[in-house]
Amino acid sequence: MRRSLEKVNRFLDAPLDVAPRVLLALAFLCLAPAYVAPLYNMTMFAPQYQDGLRLDIYSYKLQGGNDNQDVKEINVLNHYIGMKDLVTEDFTEFKWLPFVIGIIGLLFLRAAVMGKASHLVDVAVLYFYFSLFALWSFAYKMYQYGHQLDPKAAVRVDPFMPPLFGYKKLANFEVYSYPQLGSYALGAAAVLVLLALAMAWRQWRREA
Amino acid sequence: MKTRRAGTVLATLAGIAAAGLLQARCAPSAPKGSKKGAVVSDVANAAMKVYVAPGDLDEYYLFASGGHSGQMYVYGLPSGRHISTIPVFTPYPATGYGFDDESKAMLGDLTWGDVHHPALSETNGDYDGRWMFVNEMNGRVARVDLRDFKTKQIIGPVPNVSGNHGSAFVTPNTEYSVMASRFSIPIPKGTAVEVAKYASDYKGVVTGIKIDPNTGAMSIGWQILMPPFDYDLGDAGKKVSDGWVFFTSYNTERATGKLEVTSAQKDRDYIAAVDWRMAEQLAAKGEGQAIGGVKVIDPAKHPGLVYFMPCGKSPHGVDVAPDGKYIIGSGKLQGVTTAFNWEKVQTAMRNKDFSGDEDGIPVLKYESIKDAEVPVGLGPLHTQFGPDGFAYTSLFVDSAIAKWKLGSWEVVDKVPMSYSIGHLTAAEGDTVSPDGKYLVGLNKLSHGRHLSVGPSQPEASQLVDISEEKMKLLLDFFTEPEPHYAQIIKADKIKPIEVYPKEENKHPHAIWDVKDAGVTRTGSKVLVKMITVRSTITPTDFEIKEGDDVTVAITNIEQTTDELHGFGLLDYNINIVVDPGETKTVTFKAKKKGVFPYYCTNFCSALHQEMQGYLIVR
Repeated sequence: MRRSLEKVNRFLDAPLDVAPRVLLALAFLCLAPAYVAPLYNMTMFAPQYQDGLRLDIYSYKLQGGNDNQDVKEINVLNHYIGMKDLVTEDFTEFKWLPFVIGIIGLLFLRAAVMGKASHLVDVAVLYFYFSLFALWSFAYKMYQYGHQLDPKAAVRVDPFMPPLFGYKKLANFEVYSYPQLGSYALGAAAVLVLLALAMAWRQWRREA
Repeated sequence: MKTRRAGTVLATLAGIAAAGLLQARCAPSAPKGSKKGAVVSDVANAAMKVYVAPGDLDEYYLFASGGHSGQMYVYGLPSGRHISTIPVFTPYPATGYGFDDESKAMLGDLTWGDVHHPALSETNGDYDGRWMFVNEMNGRVARVDLRDFKTKQIIGPVPNVSGNHGSAFVTPNTEYSVMASRFSIPIPKGTAVEVAKYASDYKGVVTGIKIDPNTGAMSIGWQILMPPFDYDLGDAGKKVSDGWVFFTSYNTERATGKLEVTSAQKDRDYIAAVDWRMAEQLAAKGEGQAIGGVKVIDPAKHPGLVYFMPCGKSPHGVDVAPDGKYIIGSGKLQGVTTAFNWEKVQTAMRNKDFSGDEDGIPVLKYESIKDAEVPVGLGPLHTQFGPDGFAYTSLFVDSAIAKWKLGSWEVVDKVPMSYSIGHLTAAEGDTVSPDGKYLVGLNKLSHGRHLSVGPSQPEASQLVDISEEKMKLLLDFFTEPEPHYAQIIKADKIKPIEVYPKEENKHPHAIWDVKDAGVTRTGSKVLVKMITVRSTITPTDFEIKEGDDVTVAITNIEQTTDELHGFGLLDYNINIVVDPGETKTVTFKAKKKGVFPYYCTNFCSALHQEMQGYLIVR
């Protein structure tokens, strides 16, 4: 037991080779799209909406298709079932997401520059915690929108969960929900960090 | 002996009678060739050409004047489907036109207009898809903005112009839209002179309506005093003849009374050629005598401003060929249409090759300026053009269209029209670059080519394929009374908006948040700011006092296409329709006490029926 703990400690103190550092730097770059590209997209089609109503979720805002007009339209439609308006102000995520991603980026750089395995482990754990939390937060938001319906609404529908990934039929709408460039890049960052971790471990084992 | 002779006589008479009987026939029950029907088309071929599948779009817009209905009608071609009505000179409850304050003010006291000749705005002689100008007989011209297909301005009744028929033709860069009197009167309007003094005291007037190149805003540019003829139709010169505008005139006899006889005595009437650039310069110098508040220029004092070109008896249409070289005038009481050569016309002007004058306006010598009399058929009225040097002339009396070649002057084809064609319009057929492809005959009589609808019959329009050597009839469709002229424009030249962007709404009473809706009172003046959005009219009720002057300002805060909302107020004759992003006001006096429901008239949503409220007048 003690031996394995010591072994872990030795690993944590070990310096990182060039390859994991490069991977960390790349992971840092992979965070950039989260500031400019959407993380998520929902697209809804109905007979009356052949062009679809589109909603892009960025790390810091909601953006509707057709010059943001689609958000208004989604809200107009949802008010009949008593759903709360989708407004940027209601998403606390937009306040902390860009900040946290920035911190993680700095930590990626710190690990790449200072180059100790412990830095890499720290940021990897933090990154996975952050990713799961953000996903949960987003899913919970969707859950709330689908469940906190005004009981006095004109049209009563059973509470529902919008799709998080893929296709779902909701009333007269076909709803498609997919991650976008921002999310895929964040996913790529996760893969790079995992890869860096694996390489660091293998390298340390080889040298030890 | 006597009896025998008598018997012979009787037998002879009987023989003659019998022979007569054998010769006797009845008039046939139908004209020759009637079994073929008026027109037979190659059904399958025609069907393929006009079929626009559900969801597919037409290739061309057809803008047809609605005559005394006062409106313009929009059709798609080749389908012939009626898409929309643009209210212009007459209230139109379907869009609330003529009910809200703005359109009501634009119509003024006239709730009727006789719409005749739509003219699409042009740049370098080609349709640019910006505006549509259209005239009506009470001396007015309207501008329809093709960005939203709405009437934006009505100018007039313009002083001195009476019976504005020779209008609203535009110059090649939409510098001017023109007007001309069909009914000469003593001017200024309001002067009463007996008809006996018609020849000397009655006057025609030609007007140039100046058009702002950026906004399309119309104002009076210049007016020219003309002899008391009936000015009928016009067309602006193009390319080589740019700078001139031509008007046909009948009753150059200056006759009165039974004009169908008295005005058809001379063998030739005139086409007036007006140098509009010169008129523009004279107006800029302040020339002319103020009549009815407008400076009217006398062409007798300004040689070179107006010439008369003699044309076949009682001409109707005058049309300038795409290259501007030929001016085609059709004497409707003849069997020929006349092609004037612009070069020869100019030479005659320069050489003062005149055959006389009318009130000091020189008359050019007919023989010196005409190139050909083309034997198109009986009752030629109007001419349109194709891209390949062909011209198409409508024949009212023959009830047909003649296709003929400019330059060689041979008539190459004819297609019967059902029935009695008036105007005709080819795809971009009055521009410098006609498209060919389609032509629509705008017939005056339909005579049972449709399910019977009683004595009041629609007009029949017919689509003709002109893409090949032989013209082919493709389709009958029925147009609202009554299309005089029409314009066909390629669909992609027009790019309409479908909602009014919120940012562009500068209306002082526009509001976008239901919290701002409500009643403000200043003395007996009441302003009600209202919002319509699916599916509520806010406020849902409001109270005022009997005798109040009420202005209701309605903003439709939708930004989604096709989400129009109406505001119908019962018992008060109020009916407004507000498009997405638009604000409209309606002002009325609260004359009646009681409770008056208002509601959304334009179906909007599943809960449209619930979109209602109450006005309480105490």
